[in-house]
Amino acid sequence: MSQVTFIERDGTRRIVEVVNGESLMQAGTRAGVDGIIGECGGSCMCATCHVYLTEDDFARLDPPDAMEQDALEFTASNQRPTSRLGCQVKLSAATDGLTVTVAEA
Amino acid sequence: MQRGVVIIGAGHGGSQVGFSLRQEGYDGPIHLVSDEPDLPYHKPPLSKAYLKDQSQDVQILRAEKAYADARIELALGRKIEAIDRQAQAIRFADGATLPYDRLVIATGASNRKLALPGHDLAGLHSIRTRSDAAHLREAMQTAGDIVVIGGGFIGLEATATFAALGKRVTVIELAPSILGRAVSHLVAAHVDAEYRKLGIRVLTATGIERLEGEAGKVKAVRLSDGSAVPADLVVVGIGAAPNDALARDAGLACDNGIVVDATLATADPTIFAIGDVANFPHAQAGRRVRLESVQNASDQAKHVAKTIVGKPDDYRETPWFWSDQGHMKLQMAGLSFGADRHVRTGALGEPAFSVYHYAGDRLLAVDSVNRPGDHMVARRLIAAGISPSDADLAEGPDRLKSLIGR
Repeated sequence: MSQVTFIERDGTRRIVEVVNGESLMQAGTRAGVDGIIGECGGSCMCATCHVYLTEDDFARLDPPDAMEQDALEFTASNQRPTSRLGCQVKLSAATDGLTVTVAEA
Repeated sequence: MQRGVVIIGAGHGGSQVGFSLRQEGYDGPIHLVSDEPDLPYHKPPLSKAYLKDQSQDVQILRAEKAYADARIELALGRKIEAIDRQAQAIRFADGATLPYDRLVIATGASNRKLALPGHDLAGLHSIRTRSDAAHLREAMQTAGDIVVIGGGFIGLEATATFAALGKRVTVIELAPSILGRAVSHLVAAHVDAEYRKLGIRVLTATGIERLEGEAGKVKAVRLSDGSAVPADLVVVGIGAAPNDALARDAGLACDNGIVVDATLATADPTIFAIGDVANFPHAQAGRRVRLESVQNASDQAKHVAKTIVGKPDDYRETPWFWSDQGHMKLQMAGLSFGADRHVRTGALGEPAFSVYHYAGDRLLAVDSVNRPGDHMVARRLIAAGISPSDADLAEGPDRLKSLIGR
């Protein structure tokens, strides 16, 4: 069983047990993490699952594809170099220990 | 005593209202009422991921805990009989009542039913709720031949799912083209051709005489030309009608949905309507529209929350839609009513392109196929009222991005 830690906007840390194959957005909405909405259900359309990764975590994942980069650039507010859309990050044993911060609204 | 806000309907819109009210600082009671028994869930996957994979459960919109944390009282599986405007209360089928200061109607739409001989045979399905999709998923396991009646988004998304599972699928559309009302004919023609390549039969401009059955179960679809298409199962996707009966019975104006003003209020200042059920004046289109989309429902939910806390404004979000169909990602921004010029970008024959709809020189809408970058930029262009010239379009994405300051 792998885990992911969400840091909500008020600093609350939420550790979530991951169901293999689900996305970071699904894990967050399932656990009720504040600020992870996933309005479009994971179609990379709405950027309401925007998170910041640590630099190390960002580097160890596959990089965002062109679709995600465009959604981040044109839809997300407060984009940073380690921004990701949670719906495009698939979780597995390999992502155990990921720590992500819910992006500023 | 404060009665608070009652929200009828717990789809994407209804579910969002309570959370947006809390974000706006509203502190009174909030009740979210739905006749569906399930914790609110995502509807779009019902024709795709959920349908494809029997091990998949529905994807909930939010954890139950989120409602509790936001002090949103859930009343699920409760059928409402009437809205009593005099008493400012809703009345449930079991006689109980729930009073409101403000009422938000977010009852959505229902699938239109087939009005043809044989419509009551077993083996006919439609897709709207978890229960619909669960029944279809179960029934399709043993079906070899599937007929989809109606070449709109939902029918075609299901078609792509069936084809991926190795079913023989026939799509029957009465109009001359699939997706006729939804997208540019250039996009529709592309989708049509792609489906034919996959071995799906697409019958356009084709009428249906009746459905034929054996022992009460559908076996074939008899076409107007007398030929028959074998069918172990039929999916009906011929559009939806707004669920406005409660509003109509309460004496609120309805005309293809509940009539609201630009702030999303009905003529009764305590009652609002949002999402698929709302007929509202659209600023950019310059006419009344009723939109069936997740974006419209969610953005109107956020908007009505502002109105309720005393920050009324005209709703003017740029509409956007999407439809994932097998290997094709269709994305639409804006509304193309009144367009008189359509410019296609991307090389002819390429599986990725966009169509820009103009009224004169004014950009109204953009339909994209597998061009998510175009779509994202289009949303910003339309929202900002920026209309690229033909030369800008020819120059490509970087030029378009520069127009919105990127």
